[in-house]
Amino acid sequence: MSQKMNEQKIDYEYTIQTEEFKSLVKRKHRFTTPYVIFFFLVFFTLPVLTSYTSLLEIRAIGWMTWTWIYSFSIFVMVWVLTSIYMNKAKEFDKDVEEIIKKHIVK
Amino acid sequence: MSFISIIIFVGVIGLTLAITYWAAKQTTTASDFYTAGGSLTGWQNGMAIAGDYLSAASFLGIAGAISLNGFDGFYYSVGWLTAYLVVLFLIAEPLRNLGKFTMADMIGARFHARKIRGAAALNTITIVLFYMLAQLVGAGALIKLLFGIDYWLSVLIVGFMMTIYVLFGGMTATSWVQIVKAILLMAGTIIISFLVLLKFNFNFIGMFDAMRTATPHGEAFLHSGVVYKDPIGLISVLIALVLGTAGLPHILMRFFTVKDAKTARSSVVYAVWIIGLFYVLTIFLGFGAAKFVGADAIVAENAAGNMAAPMLAGILGGDALESFVAAVAFATILAVVAGLVLSGASAIAHDLYGEIIKKGKVTEKQQVNAARIAALSVAVISILLALGAEKMNVAFLVSLAFCIAASANVPTILFTIYWKRFNTTGAVASMLVGLFTALILVAVSPNVINPVEGAAFFVGNPIFPLENPAIISVPAGFLAAIIGTLVSSRAKDEISYAEVKFKAEVGFKELES
Repeated sequence: MSQKMNEQKIDYEYTIQTEEFKSLVKRKHRFTTPYVIFFFLVFFTLPVLTSYTSLLEIRAIGWMTWTWIYSFSIFVMVWVLTSIYMNKAKEFDKDVEEIIKKHIVK
Repeated sequence: MSFISIIIFVGVIGLTLAITYWAAKQTTTASDFYTAGGSLTGWQNGMAIAGDYLSAASFLGIAGAISLNGFDGFYYSVGWLTAYLVVLFLIAEPLRNLGKFTMADMIGARFHARKIRGAAALNTITIVLFYMLAQLVGAGALIKLLFGIDYWLSVLIVGFMMTIYVLFGGMTATSWVQIVKAILLMAGTIIISFLVLLKFNFNFIGMFDAMRTATPHGEAFLHSGVVYKDPIGLISVLIALVLGTAGLPHILMRFFTVKDAKTARSSVVYAVWIIGLFYVLTIFLGFGAAKFVGADAIVAENAAGNMAAPMLAGILGGDALESFVAAVAFATILAVVAGLVLSGASAIAHDLYGEIIKKGKVTEKQQVNAARIAALSVAVISILLALGAEKMNVAFLVSLAFCIAASANVPTILFTIYWKRFNTTGAVASMLVGLFTALILVAVSPNVINPVEGAAFFVGNPIFPLENPAIISVPAGFLAAIIGTLVSSRAKDEISYAEVKFKAEVGFKELES
């Protein structure tokens, strides 16, 4: 199908008002917002703790201090959040397909 | 130069030229040139992102920084990895859904004004030049140290190679050079890390114990604070690291090389695993160099510690491994500068020439020719700049590029996708205020004006105290976007947010053609 035909057919003001789209955006934001706040907090807590306290200078395992454990945890956090995002995004993909089927390709 | 180093170097150069020859045959349209026709798979683009991202600053720079400063060097690893969460959660998919070839396309999907594209192109070119200067200066120093070739000749060799890749092979050659480089870099890093662990009898915890007495810093080596004594300075650097990636034009451009948002997403996941593994291994590179090469020897070779990794390889694996690692470092730099040339060329040929001067009325052939001429110009200008910049600090140039990306690009990218009220004035204000705040503050920072003679361009007391101005310039970029938007009204030629939001979320572009 040609771009021109589609551009004429789609009423974006209408499609973003549909229940399906509104609910998709709402769920997407409700999913991402807490994670984004969380990872920024975890990340910037590191320099705050190392700069203003000596908590992380305590030895954790042998001479590996909590500074290192905290940093490794950030690595683990990145990998875990990446996987969580992937799984959740697959759900959203299904919703997107339905929206296209219902409101665009009629 | 030993026989084995010649073989390895000729091998790397030969392989990348073969890739370019193969890629050149399939590069005919503008879309081929800029985005490899959007034909890359998730893992291919994931490897290429890693190859594009892990620059000399990551490989040579972090290894050196950890070996000399302990944990403070590792902040770079943590920040540059976490940055990918910002990319994945907020930017990758909408960017892919809205853009075509460049970052400016994505902003242009909502704001048609030519000044928007102009500002975005200006930011791209500025970031590319600083980033490229860092890589070329690093490459020049590396080759000079390894082979005793003059600095200027080293820069010319690297400059010549990157120009060939981009000019003839476009994005296809660039992507595959980056993929090959990612494999070589990971192989080299894993081998060195294995040998370091072997020396420590595979006792990971014991390694930390050994480091306590291995360096002049003593126990402080294992804590934060060897370099970053000022908390605000540290937080400022980390802001630039964690937000900058999401505004780097050569990284953002990679998301247009895949067919849809799903693939863009999966490529970030591959990239995050490869990049994360690499950054974990920087501990072995850094600790190993500190323990087995020694701070004195590292500094004697290069004050910033940039030669720590190749020197460590030489001690652990002899000439063969040192040559291999040097070749890896060479390939690392080539892959990154090729990506930079391409994104700089896209800003000039596609945004400035194609969209602003020609208003989008260009034929396929004109586009490809313009892209090639622009690539050549970007290459020549950056080679000329690099020839005069031998004494500049590589880490400073890279962190400046990240700071500009975070301040000048990220606010506009985020608001274009997520803020309904955002408008043309806000976008232009944000891009320019972010760019110039960062540039001006750096110009009056200790990087440029320093009381220690020889440490910077001018001797004196810096007007701005921080090395990296992100803590001021990033909020300035966001504030300018908000204030600019609130004091003005919507421009007539803006696309409705409804349409932008729908396309960003749904990726409707795939159905259109």
